[in-house]
Amino acid sequence: MSGLANWSWSLDGWIVLAGILCAVAASLPGNFLLLRRMSLLGDAISHAILPGLAIAFLISESRSSVPMFLGAVIVGILTALFTEWIRNFGDVDEGASMGVVFTTLFALGLILIIQTADHVDLDPGCVLFGAIETTPLHTVLIGTWQIPRVVVVLTTVSLVNLLLIVVFFKELKLSAFDPSLSTSLGINSRLMHYLLTVMVAVTAVASFESVGNILVVAMFVVPPATAYLLTERLRNMILISALIAASSAIIGHVSALVVPRWFGFRSTSTAGMMALSAGLLFFVASLVSPRNGVLVRIIRRQKLAWRILSEDLIALLYRMDERRSGSAATVDQLRAVLFSGRWLSSLLMSQHARRGHVVAISNGYQLTDAGRRLGAELVRSHRLWEQYLVSEGGVAIDRIHGQAEKLEHFTGRDLRGRLEQETSSPATDPHGQPIPPE
Amino acid sequence: MTFVLLIAMFLVSFSDLPVTDSVPEFEISDLKSRISDRQLQISNFKSQISNVQRVIASNSLNNRSLTWPTWSQWRRVLFLSDYNTQVVILGTMMLGMAAGTVGSFTLLRRRALMGDALSHATLPGVGLAFIIATRLGMDGKSLPILLTGAAVSGIAGVAAILYVRNLTRLKEDAALGIVLSVFFGAGVSMLTVIQQMSTGNAAGLESFIYGKTASMDFSDATLIGLSGLFSVIVIGLLFKELTLLCFDEGFAGSRGYPLLLLDVVLMSLVVLVTIIGLQAVGNVLVIALFVMPAAAARFWTQNLKQMTLISAAIGGAGGLVGSAISALLDLPSGPMIVLVCSSLFFVSMVVGIERGVLVRFIRRWELNRNVDRQHLLRGLYELLESRGLPKAAAARQIQSRFLFAELLSYGSWTSHRLMREIERCRRAGLLLRNEDASLSLTEVGLGEASRLAHEHRLWEMYLITHADVAPGRVDQSADAIEHVLEPELIARLEKLLQQKLAIQGIAPSPHPIEPLGDAS
Repeated sequence: MSGLANWSWSLDGWIVLAGILCAVAASLPGNFLLLRRMSLLGDAISHAILPGLAIAFLISESRSSVPMFLGAVIVGILTALFTEWIRNFGDVDEGASMGVVFTTLFALGLILIIQTADHVDLDPGCVLFGAIETTPLHTVLIGTWQIPRVVVVLTTVSLVNLLLIVVFFKELKLSAFDPSLSTSLGINSRLMHYLLTVMVAVTAVASFESVGNILVVAMFVVPPATAYLLTERLRNMILISALIAASSAIIGHVSALVVPRWFGFRSTSTAGMMALSAGLLFFVASLVSPRNGVLVRIIRRQKLAWRILSEDLIALLYRMDERRSGSAATVDQLRAVLFSGRWLSSLLMSQHARRGHVVAISNGYQLTDAGRRLGAELVRSHRLWEQYLVSEGGVAIDRIHGQAEKLEHFTGRDLRGRLEQETSSPATDPHGQPIPPE
Repeated sequence: MTFVLLIAMFLVSFSDLPVTDSVPEFEISDLKSRISDRQLQISNFKSQISNVQRVIASNSLNNRSLTWPTWSQWRRVLFLSDYNTQVVILGTMMLGMAAGTVGSFTLLRRRALMGDALSHATLPGVGLAFIIATRLGMDGKSLPILLTGAAVSGIAGVAAILYVRNLTRLKEDAALGIVLSVFFGAGVSMLTVIQQMSTGNAAGLESFIYGKTASMDFSDATLIGLSGLFSVIVIGLLFKELTLLCFDEGFAGSRGYPLLLLDVVLMSLVVLVTIIGLQAVGNVLVIALFVMPAAAARFWTQNLKQMTLISAAIGGAGGLVGSAISALLDLPSGPMIVLVCSSLFFVSMVVGIERGVLVRFIRRWELNRNVDRQHLLRGLYELLESRGLPKAAAARQIQSRFLFAELLSYGSWTSHRLMREIERCRRAGLLLRNEDASLSLTEVGLGEASRLAHEHRLWEMYLITHADVAPGRVDQSADAIEHVLEPELIARLEKLLQQKLAIQGIAPSPHPIEPLGDAS
């Protein structure tokens, strides 16, 4: 951890705090952007505000922050408005109209800036693309405290965003999920849309100016997307996204100092690493999210596959036992019928042995009474289903085995009772095999 | 209100607080030891991020005022006599055509901004390729190495998009946004590290990422041409499959087409065109070339084959005209190409003959006029009926006169609108104006009016007998649909209802006709 050796709270502390504030401020409205499927609005605004800066500069003839900020915010809002108009009037897909608007505005901004560049040196880099590493250098005095200006600005933005979301929570939620319902309830969903747009534009511009655009564009999308995978409730989603945003800011700055050392470099871009950490957190969440995680689903499926194989083994032994009482089979003999893997089958059989379903004798495994009961239940389900499929479903007799083979693993005692009732308690299945009693 | 509040809070945080640029004293020693490190980082950071600065820097700042090009400049550009201009114009044109072709499929797949995500996704690959190549002692800036890096990381971006879209419950836009921002963050981290490398000069990397149109050379143009040709051929070969993928994914899947593979092919083409476009003309331009020509072509046709061709043509024209203008006026070509493309887009949006705003406006206007005329004629027929004349001889019906005031109070129209409509019907030979300023139906007008009333009532009765709608409410429902009823449908309605109700001739109204509030 050599990178952390010269960690200083008065420098790194402020940087991390600025990162956290920016991340939280962006992730709050980001939740609603995600629900409205407008996640790329942050990116579009980050490109589109360029002409706003240029025009503000041309009008005010100065490089002070206030006109630049206003110009950028206004153009940011216009970006969303134009996107909406082109979508409505031209009947163009949302993404395409966004693409048209922001690339056009960006190109316009470039041309404007190049045309004005010879008058005074307008350096949009210093207005547009702040660097989070400079956070501790510009401070303001509040009371007796020296606080970085960026922290003051971003705290304001975060609080305002929080306040707006708390106050308009119901309205924002309704209009995000069901605009027509919200309109019919008397909530102007268009107004909510514009409120959200203003929030996004202000957050974006304030963050570009202070901590750079990579961070904020990432934080609009990634933490809300992560939270979306972890919960079903909007309130929880917002809380989780803020938590994830804050943690990725912390992890990002630490790894910006630590990770490059492993490869022999000094340090790297904090904002870039914060975006990357958010991405990593997203990836982890997508793997292990309790309900929909990719890994969780694979494990669930694998466990099901094992259970089915383990039941199939017992049912097969039962059928052999049925044919010749007290017969035994080795794992290899069972595998030859079930086409299962050697390692897994042995493991599952030894598990059965431990549970007392089978006993190992000289020439393989033999069912115990407990195992025979288990096997009887499965075979009974299988044959009842076969009978049911033929008598009630009208399925041809040569096609029932496969379906019954699937259904037997999901049939409990109650369902077996119902099946027996429906098929009026048959003694044998359509193949003529006896159906074991319950 | 909240916006005003916001602005006010910002004004406070920006201006009112005393800004001190000095560093607190107790930190001086600590700062001094670390500030150089930080500032190096900061300067690197700024130099990478602001592509604006780069555009400015890459153009000479001496003479930036617009001057009208002289004749010799015109000639040079128009007749392509200048070799450099020739190459640039040809290259951007081919790029536009390739991007337009691929873009029409990504647009229909509702992934118009995929170019945006994938152009950002190439960045870490470029950085990594540079680092690895330099560590191995090769020239990190050689084009094949960097292109390979960009392609590998672009493919990784494709994989990431597919992972998010197919394996989580997130939608298209979130997948693009995540890939865009995370890959870009990784790329910036990579580039910051590269700036610290003692070996290898990384100065040219940014131009690779942000484009160097003006210095495009023949090999670049050849590369663009070959890659463009390749992607057009792939699209031509897979036209049917890609069409199915874009319009009806479920159907394509049920016919056994490998959806995932087709998706990967389409996105790989995007990566290919993005990479050649990136290093030729820059990041934002490539996005524009993917989105705008295709979106513009959508206004002109409903046929995908035509749309692809039109989109390629618009992309090519954008590249050609844009770089020609930039050569004439000495402006950066990237933004000019974007602006030409967006002009073409807006023109198409207004005048496009299939889905353009103007065409749709005219269609709606015509429909409204039709509706107005039908309301007037049906109103006249109902008035005739209320006078007890419908069974009388046609000659007497024609002689029956209507006063303007009577008509005005009958329907819910303004006098201006009614006047205009009467005038139109008169010119169409449906109405006559008598010498005492009253109106009469002509024979044609009477036929038309009774047909309209008949159709309206057929639909009303259909609603009553088959949809169980109350007689008091059918008038408005029928009003909404009667204007778009096809003749075949009318015939079927007649057959259906004649059996049931034994209607002879023109159907009677199933509900009492009230003078006001009818015929909205």
